[in-house]
Amino acid sequence: MNIGLVGLALLMFAVTYPARAIPLLAPAFERLPPRALEYLRLVGPAVLGAIAASQVLVATGAGGRPVLHVGIEAVAVLACAALVAWRRNLFLGLLVAIVAAAAARALGIG
Amino acid sequence: MTPGHGPEPDASTLRAARRRLLFDMLGIVASAAGFGVVFGLTARANGFSPIEAMASSVIVFAGASQFLAAGMVGAGFGWAAIVILTGLVNARHLLYAAALGPWLRDRSRGERALMAHVLTDESFALSLVHFRRLGFADRRGYWLAAIGGVFIPWNLATLAGVLGGQVVPDPRLLGLDIVFPAAMAGLAVGLATARREVAAGVAGVGIAIVVGLASDPRAGVLAGGFLGPVVGLLVPRRDPKVPEVDELPADPASFSVPNRSDDGLAP
Repeated sequence: MNIGLVGLALLMFAVTYPARAIPLLAPAFERLPPRALEYLRLVGPAVLGAIAASQVLVATGAGGRPVLHVGIEAVAVLACAALVAWRRNLFLGLLVAIVAAAAARALGIG
Repeated sequence: MTPGHGPEPDASTLRAARRRLLFDMLGIVASAAGFGVVFGLTARANGFSPIEAMASSVIVFAGASQFLAAGMVGAGFGWAAIVILTGLVNARHLLYAAALGPWLRDRSRGERALMAHVLTDESFALSLVHFRRLGFADRRGYWLAAIGGVFIPWNLATLAGVLGGQVVPDPRLLGLDIVFPAAMAGLAVGLATARREVAAGVAGVGIAIVVGLASDPRAGVLAGGFLGPVVGLLVPRRDPKVPEVDELPADPASFSVPNRSDDGLAP
């Protein structure tokens, strides 16, 4: 069985782990001023919203160029976010999003 | 209250928060399992042996870059290009680690070093919501989210995919491809408990779309993650005398204060 690509995995680890570990391990990150802590507190909603938006609203068009795409994925994600805001229930939101997407695709409108 | 330095909640509060964490994890587990199988299939289709595919999932443990690498290996790219792109794709973890750092600074260096390896989009989102819900850095909650919610499902599913994934239906047909972005959006809403968080979230979304369309979706995520909080900082607090969410005590009664500390995502 081939194991040559284990080396590639180790190199990928070598460039991934520092981003995960340095802010957790470096002493400078343990003595941040209040303004920096306030900034970091806002990273969560900003980066999670950015991930969700880029996943469902930016697609790859002809020639590999990014294009705006508003489809059932965006509708389903919006429905999930609205349900979480209304009912404070992530599981319900995910369930509705999954069913909406699967049903739309089954009906050929996804 | 400084993140992670609040008083340890009583046992019943901790149990209730962990139950909510488990409930929040259900969709994440389904998503990780579905796409783990797809990764296993993709890796096999691009020439990875089962050991190589598992090495990728265990050692790298970063889904987007693993898919990227599998595709690039199959297309004949050199390792240098794959490694450089992996570094760029996974640069967002810097933000996650920086945001969790103040919460986890009381843990030993060894434990933080291990925690870093299992820090992903999903474990960051689940654990940050859990910590803020408690006003306390619950290390068991972190391990539960990172290992139970993501690491184990992702790796078991990779193994299933690379060994015999052809019998598993396409996750898209089941709508499972929606779970990841929907979970990220739902968790972002759960964190948006005050004006500044809402502003940061909305700005993050807008910046990610604009930059993503202008260049690349991954650049959009980084730009939204870095600049969204700057926009949030420009928004004045509603009332400087009222403590922000992280400054509230980890008192169960405080969870009922409308629009302030109720970031609970389960019923």
